[in-house]
Amino acid sequence: MLRYFSRRLAFAVPTLLAISLVLFVLLDLAPNDPTGQLPLTIPPEVREQIRDSLGLDDPIYVRYVKWLHQFFVNEPINLIEQAFGVEIGNSEERLRVRSWATRSPVVELIAERLPQTLWVVGLSYLIGILIALPVGVITAYKQYSWIDQLGTFVSMVGFSVPTFFTGLLAIIIFSVTLSWLPSIYDTTHEVTDLSSFWYQIKQILMPVLVLSLYNAAQLSRYMRASVLENLNQDYVRTARVKGLRERAILFFHVFRNSMLPVITMIALGVPTIFSGAIITEQVFRVNGLGQLLIVAIQGADIPLVQTLTFLFAVLIVLFNLIADILYGLVDPRIKYE
Amino acid sequence: MEQLTSTYPPRCPFWILLSCALLLWACSPSEKNPNVTKEEIVDRHLDVLYWQAPSTLNPYLSGGTKDMEAASMIIEPLAHFDENGQIVPTLAQEIPSFENGGLSEDHMSITWKLLPNVTWSDSTPFTAEDVKFTADYCMNDEMGCNALVEFQDIDEIVVIDELTVQLRFKKPKPHPFDAFVGSNNPILQKAQFENCTGLRAQECTEQNFGPIGTGPFKIVEFRANDVATYVANENYRESDKPYFQTATIKGGGDAASAARAVLATGEYDYAWNLQVEPEILTQMSQAGYGEIVTGYGSQIERLMLNFTNANSALDLDKRSVYMDGNNPHPFITDFNVRKALSLAIDRNMLVEHGYGAGGAPACNVVPAPLRFRSPNNDSCTESNVELANQLLDEAGWIRGDDGVREKDGVKLSILFQTSTNTVRQGTQALIKQMWSAIGVETELRNIDGAVFFGGDPASPDTLQKFYSDVEMYTNAFLGNDPESYLANFTCDQITSPKNDWLGTNVNRACTPEYDKIVTELSITADPQKREELAILLNDTVIQNYWLIPLIHRASLSARLYSLGGVRMNGWDSELWNVADWYRIEANVFIFKEAEVSN
Repeated sequence: MLRYFSRRLAFAVPTLLAISLVLFVLLDLAPNDPTGQLPLTIPPEVREQIRDSLGLDDPIYVRYVKWLHQFFVNEPINLIEQAFGVEIGNSEERLRVRSWATRSPVVELIAERLPQTLWVVGLSYLIGILIALPVGVITAYKQYSWIDQLGTFVSMVGFSVPTFFTGLLAIIIFSVTLSWLPSIYDTTHEVTDLSSFWYQIKQILMPVLVLSLYNAAQLSRYMRASVLENLNQDYVRTARVKGLRERAILFFHVFRNSMLPVITMIALGVPTIFSGAIITEQVFRVNGLGQLLIVAIQGADIPLVQTLTFLFAVLIVLFNLIADILYGLVDPRIKYE
Repeated sequence: MEQLTSTYPPRCPFWILLSCALLLWACSPSEKNPNVTKEEIVDRHLDVLYWQAPSTLNPYLSGGTKDMEAASMIIEPLAHFDENGQIVPTLAQEIPSFENGGLSEDHMSITWKLLPNVTWSDSTPFTAEDVKFTADYCMNDEMGCNALVEFQDIDEIVVIDELTVQLRFKKPKPHPFDAFVGSNNPILQKAQFENCTGLRAQECTEQNFGPIGTGPFKIVEFRANDVATYVANENYRESDKPYFQTATIKGGGDAASAARAVLATGEYDYAWNLQVEPEILTQMSQAGYGEIVTGYGSQIERLMLNFTNANSALDLDKRSVYMDGNNPHPFITDFNVRKALSLAIDRNMLVEHGYGAGGAPACNVVPAPLRFRSPNNDSCTESNVELANQLLDEAGWIRGDDGVREKDGVKLSILFQTSTNTVRQGTQALIKQMWSAIGVETELRNIDGAVFFGGDPASPDTLQKFYSDVEMYTNAFLGNDPESYLANFTCDQITSPKNDWLGTNVNRACTPEYDKIVTELSITADPQKREELAILLNDTVIQNYWLIPLIHRASLSARLYSLGGVRMNGWDSELWNVADWYRIEANVFIFKEAEVSN
């Protein structure tokens, strides 16, 4: 087990290095420019100076090595310094990965965005799972009944209607027409008492529900297929012959076995929480990691795009590993060599 | 199976209970409008929406309008432009002139007298040293200061006494109101930014995100690309202002949803830059919460006509390269073609479909201020397809079988590019239609704004390279004097591989006569003579059809009816007078409840 784990981890390092190089080259080939959003009244010579000050005139390999050094050496040292309050070397002079648009350290921008993304997208993922599992079980158990048809219909709608449509629809109904819920998410809102908690629930409700619908739609289909497959297995028949209660069969035998592939799906989906829900975040102005990424792409803020996309790659590799390990933990038949 | 189903379903699971509770809560009629509760708590709180979120509060380091405006609540220049483009003193006692001795007779210097007893928000005095420091800060070569153009003629800055500062120029400068006039070059506090000069400017995140200012507000928290939270500056020089105690600028989303948050739901007091299709804005305004406000500056949406051959079959060393005028465009260099292209365009229709209250038909390249506006070109607002057709017929451009005109094997077939933006694509489609009526075939192309406006010499799609026949974008001038803007069309500004495509004359039309008048303007101080020369230059550009002006664009924002004091400004930051903004007591929500009870 441990050997398997460390071997996989060792393999991850060259994979991630290769990903970072591909990302860097791709971003360098992209034709947009960080001075593109400046007003035209700023003359070309000044733009050239701005580009110079951002280090854009260095050749690509220099910039790549610089980024590697900043990301893998300087930023971790910085994190250690902040966590333990110590100073390692000359922290004043240490170059950090800086966003071109804000000129502030990328890591700080990401840390600032993490809470709202985890709250909104994470909560919707959780609620999506909570909805999807029972819906999957029930629709499978009552295959072709009206409840199955309804479940299929709702999940098809949830899966195929984009969130920018459902989100807008929710805003038009609940904010514009009914004036019940705020249409804009206030990221500075702090929960201090009951009424501010109430406001937090109100502002988080629409984005969370819109995203939950989408997440639940996908997972409930997997769950349904998995339960259906298990219901026809011999062990179910054996259990029934033994005279077990139907509820016990469904929830102790079938449910647990059906969870095996679904757990993998859930674990593999976790990185998408961090990458945010780009569109939903824009619609409700949640301004989390997804919005940070899209603004950075539009503004050609390459250090920020590079760092964010690379972190997402790390998460994906990591959760792939976690999914494999979880699989072994819940299913004793699987052995790691 | 019969028996099985009878034991099912189990007790109502938790998630069903949860959703039932949510549904009940959502349907409960006693729930109050969340806006009203919020409004009651934060009556003296100003909620502003900038859908392009501010990235920094140091306008010298970013230069996007959003950043400059978000900073303008905190840091101030010596003088602002008012809504008519007039210079009005802010941190200066008066505007320097020959009469008050502020301007020297030889145009080599300008002397500003600062308001006495002004303090920074940290209670330290504001002095001439801060002004000198700010200029030195921006003029540092290593820094990449984007307001550099306003400072570039300055030789040195001399502090005469604590409240007097003199800017000395390298050459005579008849219009010396560039530096420290307008919100894009405000004064920074020397004590705060002293260690942030040159390359270090980038690393001073704390300072860039929290400048200490003399303005009506100070920053509480700045989250880049998300939200800025302000509180009133208790050391502001007018003790009863600002009227609001706190303010936030929220960012993110898009223009249409920003308009909705003010006009349709009344959640926000003010929303900035709403270039949205006019019918959507009109529809939203009907909710009765607020209105659209517009401010005209010098923004002109124009068609640039490429005078060099941009044929994609040409080698890169020839394509769109000026070659002293020896690489002419096959048909745009024909005066009659250019004139016909302009005559065929119905500008009123473009305004109606794409701009509404946010634009007016334009016939000049210098549309404002009024004293620089040429009266000679106003007839362009009427399109004249007949005359256009006649001109082309007479010039020998004959319609072929496909309805497209041609002469000597050259077809009037135009590649027309612009940036990606729904209003621009709508305008493109309309113009294509209008040109087809005069036998001109048009192929449309749009390029992402970050590329088109990016100016990266390695990209073939920048507006400077102009690898197409016609392109459309908006340009304007800094401040209220068009001198440097009109100098964009001189021969030495032509973009080409020689200057790495850095230049401002992108359509590559120029004449020595025009250059001569530009030089004359740069040494003329007499206001009346300046107006005459500027109008002459404008008319040269327009009457030779170097470009085709389309729309005089306004800055377009929205305010709640309960927000008073807004003086919408197209020349400076829209928040330039935020100290005077106030809450109108007749609450808009009371008005709405009354309407419902009827």
